[in-house]
Amino acid sequence: MGKGTSQELILEAGRADRQYWRDLWRYRELFFILAWRDVAVRYKQTAIGIAWAFVRPFMTMVIFTIIFGKIAKLPTEGSAPYAVLVFAGLLPWTLVSSILNDASNSVMSNGQLVTKVYFPRLIIPLATMLVGLIDFGVSLVILAGVMAWYGMVPTWHILLLPVFVVLAVLVAVGPALWAASTVVKYRDFRFVIPFVIQIGLYVSPVGFSSSVIPEQWQLLYSINPLVGVIDGFRWAILGGESPIYLPGFALSLVMTAGLLWLGIHSYRRTERGFADIL
Amino acid sequence: MSDTIIRAEGLGKHFLIGHEVPHSAILGEAIMRRARNLLRKGADMLRGRAVVEGDEIEEFWALKDVDFEIKRGEVVSIIGHNGAGKTTLLKILSRILEPTTGRVAINGRVASLLEVGTGFHPELTGRENIFLNGAILGMTRKEVLARFDQIVDFSGVEKFIDTPVKRYSVGMYARLAFSVAAHLETEILFVDEVLAVGDSEFQKRCLDRMSEVAHAGRTVLFVSHNLAAVAALTRRGIVLNGGRLVFDGRIEDAVAHYSASLSKGKVARDWGRGIHSEILAADLLDAHGQPTGAYEPGTPLNLRVEVETSTMPGLALDFGLRDENNLPVAFYSSNSFSGITLPNQPGRHVCTLSLHPLFLASGDYSIDIATNSLSFAVDHSVPNAIAFRVGACCPGDVGYDFNQRLGHGFIALQPMSPMRIASLAVTADPGPLRQTRDSAS
Repeated sequence: MGKGTSQELILEAGRADRQYWRDLWRYRELFFILAWRDVAVRYKQTAIGIAWAFVRPFMTMVIFTIIFGKIAKLPTEGSAPYAVLVFAGLLPWTLVSSILNDASNSVMSNGQLVTKVYFPRLIIPLATMLVGLIDFGVSLVILAGVMAWYGMVPTWHILLLPVFVVLAVLVAVGPALWAASTVVKYRDFRFVIPFVIQIGLYVSPVGFSSSVIPEQWQLLYSINPLVGVIDGFRWAILGGESPIYLPGFALSLVMTAGLLWLGIHSYRRTERGFADIL
Repeated sequence: MSDTIIRAEGLGKHFLIGHEVPHSAILGEAIMRRARNLLRKGADMLRGRAVVEGDEIEEFWALKDVDFEIKRGEVVSIIGHNGAGKTTLLKILSRILEPTTGRVAINGRVASLLEVGTGFHPELTGRENIFLNGAILGMTRKEVLARFDQIVDFSGVEKFIDTPVKRYSVGMYARLAFSVAAHLETEILFVDEVLAVGDSEFQKRCLDRMSEVAHAGRTVLFVSHNLAAVAALTRRGIVLNGGRLVFDGRIEDAVAHYSASLSKGKVARDWGRGIHSEILAADLLDAHGQPTGAYEPGTPLNLRVEVETSTMPGLALDFGLRDENNLPVAFYSSNSFSGITLPNQPGRHVCTLSLHPLFLASGDYSIDIATNSLSFAVDHSVPNAIAFRVGACCPGDVGYDFNQRLGHGFIALQPMSPMRIASLAVTADPGPLRQTRDSAS
């Protein structure tokens, strides 16, 4: 960064900063470092450390399989074991909910930085996205183990999994940015977000297959953008056993794009006043 | 490209602050107040405004109509009382706050140090924190790597570099934090009162490093209360008062302007009164008999106190000098030291007192004044009645500033005559100390 930029910087009330996106690129290292800090700090002074990243999703899978599969006796997709069906839904759900949860508190908990140093504020919630992805990587290893246990071989569909991972992140980022900026302004939302996430777990097809929903409600159900993402994951992981309901998937995509726009827009509008409020 | 690197025009910053009204003990009133607050906050939220905590909302301008220009390579200090808007100004310039009015144009890369150790994480080691803090301050990994050894060297904590910083002492923490900051290299640097970290030896290193930075042709803005440091580091000073720019010019004039305003800007407060007497006013006077907030070391310390007395005989006037940490430094009692008491006719009296010249270390001082009755019972006591500052204490004019914070005390001792040094004749027999004596001479 030794080379000086010759462009003049103007600071004025309400001025949309043209350098913003360039700054975001220049501060890209901070993005990785903040994510690294969160990961490095998380398991300090714990006895089993990184193993927690394995234990939590694995136990959730076991519990969901017992409740939805054994007790409620909900149907699986084709011949896929219920545990794999649950885990394929749990993967994107955990990714999305942890990004939403961490990001919504991120600006507030990094208030020290926001009031003392300048950098593009978008970096803070976006860094939590990276943290979520790292956990996701760990869960993927568990999935491989569970599939091997059941002797399942992935089909060519698995090659499209990265596309759905990107989609899951995009689903999360919109609401996450909106939540992050709103929590700064109205701390009430610190209590609202965990509640929304809790509800979300049951209204999204995590513990069950979305085919459980009656035909005529399928499209309406897909307003929840998570439906498209989870269906996508199941399609990629379980192979042809789990077909995607295309109109619903398209609706999920539209919702995702809308939320993303809303999130970035509201975040960019509020962030200029972050230091005033925090 | 023009020579002007920073130009501020009509800069203003407006804040809303809330005050808590002293709480009522009556349940009904307390409930009403809470209900009113809840309604107001709810309404604010619906209108999309930020929620302000408190019972009464006050608007105020932390900064108003500030104009200035700074040329490339200038080193400027910003001085002013607490709350004069210095930090707000720096925060606007470093893009943390958005100005409410006016605009700033900046040509070049900026780094700002509003505090040292921003973003330090207690669980991470010193090494990890260097990289973290560096990135937060805008350095790339490559830049930090290139300066890593210098940073560790400067901080003097290399033995503990792989220990979590939560195990560090406060001093070590501050030193490591300052060291990262000190190795920032940008065209424009804003520094806010970060010079006062660590022990006196490390402070001196900080000041040296800052003067290196200041003389390296970079544009630097300093905010500091340490007038001696400011005067040594910069040539131009901007004085802020109540959010307005009141002076912009040579640093010597700026410091003088600021020191003079210290006494004028004294906040009026209720001094209360005693049973038999009331201290009405107290001032430090300059050589012309005018009230001042600055004391020049080595000149007589002139005080004036206005006091109202009743018929109580034998009231003494006591003065206690305190340093900036409010520790007692010196004492004078009119009765115990000079046998003088206040008259016992009721009325107002003006007492003037001229004390021997003192070489007081630079820094802030305050004087407590009290009236004392014969039985040594304090009648009316006014803590911190006079506040003054010693800008620089350079005994003997060799350019050394003797500061309170050095920890060597408050008074520079004055020799009656220059210290004499006579050589001792070296004896013929080679004694055990011979080696040392030779090298010393």
